[in-house]
Amino acid sequence: MQEVTAQTSSAPQLQPKPEIYKSSSELKKRLWRNKWLYVMLTPGVLYFLIFKYLPMYGLIISFQDYKPYQGITGSDWVGMKHFSRLFTEPDFLNILVNTLVLFGLNILIYFPMPIILALMLNELQGTFFKRTFQTIFYLPHFLSLVIIVSISYVMVTMDGGIINELLVYFGFEPINFLLNPGWFRPMYIIQVIWREAGWGTIIYLASIAAIDPGLYEASRMDGAGRLRQVWHITLPAIRGVIITLFILKIGSVLDLGFEHVYLLLNSMNREVAEIIDTYVYTAGLRQGQFSYSTAIGFFKSIVGFVMVILVNKLSKKMGEEGVY
Amino acid sequence: MVEDKTISGRIFSAINFTILAIIALITVLPLVHVVAGSFTTSAELASSKFVLIPKVWSLEAYKFIFSTNTIFKAMGVSIGVTAIGSVISLFITSLMAYALTRRDLDGRKVVNFMVVFTMLFHGGMIPTFLVVKELGLIDTYASLILPSAISAFNMIILRNFFQNIPEGLEESAKIDGCNDFGILFRIVLPLSLPALATIGLFYAVTYWNTYMNAILYLNDSAKWPIQVLLRQIVVLASGMDHSATLDAAVPPPDQSIKMAVIVVATLPIVCVYPFLQKHFAKGAMLGSMKG
Repeated sequence: MQEVTAQTSSAPQLQPKPEIYKSSSELKKRLWRNKWLYVMLTPGVLYFLIFKYLPMYGLIISFQDYKPYQGITGSDWVGMKHFSRLFTEPDFLNILVNTLVLFGLNILIYFPMPIILALMLNELQGTFFKRTFQTIFYLPHFLSLVIIVSISYVMVTMDGGIINELLVYFGFEPINFLLNPGWFRPMYIIQVIWREAGWGTIIYLASIAAIDPGLYEASRMDGAGRLRQVWHITLPAIRGVIITLFILKIGSVLDLGFEHVYLLLNSMNREVAEIIDTYVYTAGLRQGQFSYSTAIGFFKSIVGFVMVILVNKLSKKMGEEGVY
Repeated sequence: MVEDKTISGRIFSAINFTILAIIALITVLPLVHVVAGSFTTSAELASSKFVLIPKVWSLEAYKFIFSTNTIFKAMGVSIGVTAIGSVISLFITSLMAYALTRRDLDGRKVVNFMVVFTMLFHGGMIPTFLVVKELGLIDTYASLILPSAISAFNMIILRNFFQNIPEGLEESAKIDGCNDFGILFRIVLPLSLPALATIGLFYAVTYWNTYMNAILYLNDSAKWPIQVLLRQIVVLASGMDHSATLDAAVPPPDQSIKMAVIVVATLPIVCVYPFLQKHFAKGAMLGSMKG
């Protein structure tokens, strides 16, 4: 009796199948037999520990007045000071609004695009054109944001850009797209659509391909036209995928990505263009406010994490598959 | 889709085709415009409003951008980082992915969770920067590679692919006296070439497009990869006012020169794209399924 309890307490977590885990010597044997697997695992695990988990540990500087020369162990603790600053600083309210507006544009304007495009591609008859269009639509996804932004710059610049040349040709005033804050959001969302809408169709097309052709056959017998088929068969069939992707999108509410906005940002459009990520960069690395900007980043990570968990629960409740 | 031969069906198809063709045109026109613009003179660009096929061909812009060392150097950095980075990433990703397919590996669940968790929560820009700095990686080429050496997403795609290889193959190799490295390199990897090609090309594209790491970790402009230089030449010279200044060797460039730089920075992607396209749809689907 005593021996049994001793055994269970020695390795309580490692006992899903007691008949395999008979004794610690057998565990040792198995560990030794798999030694090369652990060697294989080492670089990967080290990577995640150093570049993903050490930064998580580094989040504690948001509760300190971090000084680079004193390090985490030597800096003074200040409690929630930086977090309470967040909610009193007018700057922060502004970047939060900007972030949410861009996110809203993403949901309202970008999100439906791949769905529409996938439905249209699916209705295309003849594989040659389908392939050709897909090849063209996927390509921009692989171009870097720097290239995307650069291409738009040479097209819209006041200094001989094709868009302004055309505006003048048709008798309009040229527009300074780059420095006019009113044009920042439209430019951003157009670039997002141009780069990602085609790539986004892949997953919808794959789930459309899984639809039973008999359904279309039957609806044709009932006299349904093509539009009706799209509406009553294709769309309902991909509803689950749409909801799942929508949830994923909602989960990344504050996470628009640093690069794109940073590339479009300048002193003239800062009031509408500065988002959380770019602000963290400016306040943290340009102005050296390490602790404060870490607190902002922390806030963002927590909101993102909570959102993903919440919407995943919600989706399961609605009877859809969860995201993970 | 079955051929639809009714009249309304044909009208529907025609409209659908036309709209898609217009969208495809809108997608490629900016690219064609830039390529064409790079092969003509700036004077020609200024006089003819819309250049799809240049009337006057000229290599002036390319001669200009390759007349200084700046572009060559940045291309060299990008090529080096892409080649070395892709090999390292693919290698350690495969090792990790394979080890995690083995069911008898103790601690496998912990490591799997550890990887997935990083997709949901992360330390953010500043703490990551501090880690990179503490490791002494600032202003090294390694800072363009190591901080993003493994993508959790790619690792999971590869792990799922390896999982589909029949276990019997591995077991017979073990009976023949292969150790785990032998099994991985002689059996699993040769059977996974399409997956390795996809993931390898995903990594290569990421390294070629690397921008954020360079902005964060490189202060020394001599070490800039092509993407950062591209931004300096095109974006900053378009009347922008960021803190960094343009290299003194490059005067404010005109349109055709900017376009030539864009083409040079894009070319490698367009070259690998046909190879990439063969596989990625499958790869992306695999990744979207649950692990």
